[in-house]
Amino acid sequence: MILVYLETAAGTPSDLSLQSLTLARSLGDELTTTTFGPGGDWVIDHQMFSEYAPEARGEALAQLTRSLTPAVVVGPGTDTGNEVMAHLAAILDVALATNVTEVDVATWELTRLRWGGSLWERARLTGSPRLLTVAPHVLPASDHLVGEVSRFVPELDDLLVRTRVVERVEQTGGITLGTARVIVSGGRGVGSADGFSMLEELAARLGGAVGCSRVVTNNGWRPHSDQVGQTGTRVAPDLYLALGISGAIQHWVGMMAAKKILAINTDPEAPMVTKADYAVIGDLHQVLPAILAEIEARTRT
Amino acid sequence: MRVAVCVKRVPAPGATIVLAADGRSIDARMLSFTTSPHEECAVEEAIRLVEKHGGSSTVLTVGQPESEEQLRYAMSLGVDKAVLVPTDGSEWDAQATAAALTATIRFLEEGGQVFDLILFGNESADAGNYQVGIRLARTLGRPVVTGIKAIEIADEAAVVRRATSGGSEIYRLPLPAVVAVKEGINLPRYPTMPGRLRSKKAEIVRSEPDVRPGGLEMLRFLNPPQQASQTLILGRGPEAAPAVVDLFFEMGLL
Repeated sequence: MILVYLETAAGTPSDLSLQSLTLARSLGDELTTTTFGPGGDWVIDHQMFSEYAPEARGEALAQLTRSLTPAVVVGPGTDTGNEVMAHLAAILDVALATNVTEVDVATWELTRLRWGGSLWERARLTGSPRLLTVAPHVLPASDHLVGEVSRFVPELDDLLVRTRVVERVEQTGGITLGTARVIVSGGRGVGSADGFSMLEELAARLGGAVGCSRVVTNNGWRPHSDQVGQTGTRVAPDLYLALGISGAIQHWVGMMAAKKILAINTDPEAPMVTKADYAVIGDLHQVLPAILAEIEARTRT
Repeated sequence: MRVAVCVKRVPAPGATIVLAADGRSIDARMLSFTTSPHEECAVEEAIRLVEKHGGSSTVLTVGQPESEEQLRYAMSLGVDKAVLVPTDGSEWDAQATAAALTATIRFLEEGGQVFDLILFGNESADAGNYQVGIRLARTLGRPVVTGIKAIEIADEAAVVRRATSGGSEIYRLPLPAVVAVKEGINLPRYPTMPGRLRSKKAEIVRSEPDVRPGGLEMLRFLNPPQQASQTLILGRGPEAAPAVVDLFFEMGLL
C-alpha cells in the first residue's frame, strides 16, 4: 500500500498535493490518501488540528503509518509538507527523500532535485516504509477520487501544543506572489528603490504583483517578502515579466514554473533573455514608460 | 543565553556547477564556497540574540576540513566558538548529519550547560533535505519549527513568526528549542578587520562521533536536460511597446 499525505484548504487538496498524487500513482501499488480534516480516505481527527501543528501532525501520521503499514508514504514538497514528513521520518527513524521527481520502483533508484532544480541527483532509498516528498511544479496534478472515508483518531500527548500555531496574522488585501496571475519582477537593472514605482504601476494595470531578485533585497530596495528565487518565494504565474534581471540560476529556479516569461534587458545574451519565451532588448527605463503609455492609449475609451 | 548555530559549506550561489568525470561529486577546482544562504542568516540571528540577551554563541558544521573557512567566517562576525565534525569530503545524508550534530551537542552540553536555542537554516542550498534540524530536535526531545522569519525571546520561550501565503503565523516554543530560519529574517553583517584577525587565530574544536550512514544513498549527479527555448524577440527599445501590449491583450490581462 502507498499512503499519500495531502495538504488541504477547506477540504480541497492543494494543487501541489495533487501533483504528489501523480508521482504516487506511478509507483504501481494500491493507493490510499490521508488528510487533516476532510478531503482524504483517512481523515485524521483530533482537536489539536484546529490549527497547524507540525510536530503533532508528524506524530499522528506515524500512528496511522504503524496501523496501515504502507510500503511508501508520499507527501507534497512544500515547506510545510517537507516539515511534517521530516517529523514522520524522525519519529519512525527512517530516511526521507525530499523533492523527488521520478522513481524506478524495481531498484528504488530515484531522481531528486538539488539546488532548487538546477542539478539532479540519482539516489537509492531504503527504509520501511520508504518516505518521499514530491518536487513542486514538475508533474501534472492528478484527479483526486475519494473512496470510502475512514476516521482516524490519534492519541496525542498534550505536550505537543508546544509547536502549534498560537496566532495567525492575515495580510490585508493585495495580490500575493504565490497567487498572482502576473508578476512584474525587477532586478539590478531597476537601479534603485524608486525605480520600482513604474513596476508597481504596470503590476496594478495587469492585476499582478511585484517581485524582485536577490540583489534587490540585498540592496534594501524591496522587502525580502518580494524576493523570487531559491531562497525567496517560488512562483508559477501565467506570465512572469523579468525586468533588468540577468537570470542567475538561483533566481531562475524560483520562477521557471511560469507558463510564459517576458524578459526586458539591455543584454541580448543574458540567460533570462535566451531562456524566455518573449524578449525586448532595451533599457527598461525607456521601454517601461512606452509600455505604460501604450496601455493608457489603448484602454482609454 | 547559549545559542548554537549549524551551518553547511556549499558552492557560492550562482556559480556554474561542473560535475566530476564520475558524476559522484562536483568539480571544486574552479568554485568558490560560502555558507548556505539561510544559514548565513542563522549565524547573524545567533549573534544578534547574544548581543541582546548576553551569553555565548557556538557554530557547528559537518563537512570536509576546508569547512573551517565557514566556521572562521562566522567567528569573524562575532560567534564565540566553533566545532567541526570532519568528513572525508563525501556527502553525509541527513540521518548521518543529524546523528553527528546531536552527539556533538550532547558532548557540548555535558555538565548541564544546555543550549537555549539551536538554529538551523531552513534547508541547505545544495542538498535541500529539509530535515536535519527536525531530526536533531526529535532526538533531544526539544520543540522545533521551521521556515522562521522572526525570533523574540520572552519568559523562557522563543516567540517565532513564519510567513505563509496569506500572512504569517506565530508559535511560542518553550526553551530549550530548535528553530530553522529563512533568508529575510535579517540582513547579515560583514566581518570587520579585527574580527577577521581574531578568527584566524581562534581555536576550532573537533568532534568525531561514530555515526552510520542512513537510508538515502547518493549515487551520482546529473545535469538536467537543457530545455530548447526559442525566444521571440518582440523588438528593441521603446518601439517594442505595441507588441508587448498586444501580448497582454492576447493573454487576457487587459
